[in-house]
Amino acid sequence: MFLGLFNYWIVIVLMMIGFYIVIAHGNLIKKIVGLSIFQTSVFIFYISIAKVDGGTAPILTEGVEIYSNPLPHVLILTAIVVGIATTALGLALVVRIKDAYGSIEEEEIQKKDNLD
Amino acid sequence: MIAHLAILQVIVPLMAAPLCLLLTRPRLAWLFTLLASGLAFLTSCLLLQQVMTSGTIIYELGGWDAPWGIEYRIDQLNAFLLLIITAISTVVLFAAHTSIQDEIPADRHTIFYVLYLLSLAAMLGIVATGDAFNVFVFLEISSLSAYALIALGKDRRALWASYQYLIMGTIGATFILIGIGLMYQMTGTLNMDDLAKRLPEVAQTRTIFTAFAFVIVGICLKLALFPLHLWLPNAYAYAPSIVTAFFAATATKVAIYLLIRFTFSVFGLSFSFTHLPLQILFVVLGLAGIFVASTAAIYQTNIKHLFAYSSIAQIGYMIVGFSASTVTGLTATLLHVFNHALMKGALFLALGAVMYRIGSTQLSQFHGLGRQMPLTMAAIVIGGLSLIGVPLTVGFVSKWYLVLAVIENGWWPVAVLILLGSLLAVVYVWRIVEVAYFKPAPAGSETIKEAPASFLIPVWILVIANIYFGIDTRLSVQVAEAASRSLFGMSP
Repeated sequence: MFLGLFNYWIVIVLMMIGFYIVIAHGNLIKKIVGLSIFQTSVFIFYISIAKVDGGTAPILTEGVEIYSNPLPHVLILTAIVVGIATTALGLALVVRIKDAYGSIEEEEIQKKDNLD
Repeated sequence: MIAHLAILQVIVPLMAAPLCLLLTRPRLAWLFTLLASGLAFLTSCLLLQQVMTSGTIIYELGGWDAPWGIEYRIDQLNAFLLLIITAISTVVLFAAHTSIQDEIPADRHTIFYVLYLLSLAAMLGIVATGDAFNVFVFLEISSLSAYALIALGKDRRALWASYQYLIMGTIGATFILIGIGLMYQMTGTLNMDDLAKRLPEVAQTRTIFTAFAFVIVGICLKLALFPLHLWLPNAYAYAPSIVTAFFAATATKVAIYLLIRFTFSVFGLSFSFTHLPLQILFVVLGLAGIFVASTAAIYQTNIKHLFAYSSIAQIGYMIVGFSASTVTGLTATLLHVFNHALMKGALFLALGAVMYRIGSTQLSQFHGLGRQMPLTMAAIVIGGLSLIGVPLTVGFVSKWYLVLAVIENGWWPVAVLILLGSLLAVVYVWRIVEVAYFKPAPAGSETIKEAPASFLIPVWILVIANIYFGIDTRLSVQVAEAASRSLFGMSP
């Protein structure tokens, strides 16, 4: 039960770790890191569902009958690109926020906003 | 040419975006963007006309057959949404060149248009595509360009708003991705039409329930349904005026479309509404959204904030109509999608004109504005009346259908609450009218000129549309009704 679904347990653990970091941390960089972990868990999920028992890499060769499903791999390549773009954009925003507010702590930023 | 309309709808703005990067002169970039958006508008008109006369258009990308290749599927619902998005985008763009003069540094104007086109293309893509994973990709393109557009705002709080939106938006999109993955795991297909055929066989599994929950929560984050609306007010308030006008009128509508598409077409009516308590959940959240957001709107001092909260309330109305799960209810929702786009487009564009003249949208700056900028303020008043739902405006038409739908279901208390919610709208619109018309301008202040024609023309196009479609409802009602009938599987 546990070992058979090992990948899925890792997905859930990673997802919760990432989600927790996004919610609980006030540091903007840490939030982005948490978001990355959260997204990564979904990548692992997609790759796990593609696995066919006893299947090999989806390359056409003689003597092999069962292949793993290549489609989720392709899908997740797209999602990885999206994830990188999101992380890059998020970090760029943090740089701009640091310039404008002089801080990357959520509490301090909100304090400064409330003063205006 | 005609056969390729479905793909041209998306590909024209998508290709125009990188080309626009080559145009360094802001005016040229603006005209180019206007041209691309105008072409998209023409395409959507032709598409709608074709769909209404000859039924659903199916376009296979690259000639690959449907479950293997990606297909674009345009039915009445898609065509209606495409028309709304492209029409608003084109009208709003007329004012863009003037509006961003003061709000965005000159060296970033070209970038602004590139992002705008990407955002437009992605929204059209979400609506046009018939492939669930394609939806996710377009959703992320539109979100990423939206974050960047919002961050272009003059105020430093725009950055913070954009960051918060990025966190919430990414979580929402990732939820949708998880849901799509789970559906693929159970059915082995990503094509929406194919999913709809295969899902009933496995509908009673926990995996599909989980998939449904992830998709719905993800979409609700995107459409800012109460209580997942927290990213919206700041994002709308601090974004450049043009961006606010464009997004307020289109972005949440696209999310509403996704909600309808996934619940009605993909998962199916019986699964979405009978097996799960979606109906009661959405009625309660919709009504809570109407009251909480309308009350919050009353206490805002920044008018952009005020109308942003009002947008959340209007989404509440759409959700109530949606949860009635009848043809009338869905018609009301689709009508309100159309009508609300007209109202908020006009209102936020008029606010852009105010921003251009006085550099702020604080309520305290509105003293005496009714005399100094009569045409702009009149537009805001008519837009406000439409929000309230006064007869002869579009707001009345959608409220009328909504109340009809609710009564048809025998939900009398909901009907009363909807009308009470409209009274709250009276309060927040009146606050603006009172300050602008009945308070004199502060003594010794500079005289403020009326907004330039480049603002007034698009604003008044939208205002007149607000009145026109409030009287002659043939187009909007006919299309909305046809779309909702086809979603219920009836012939139109």
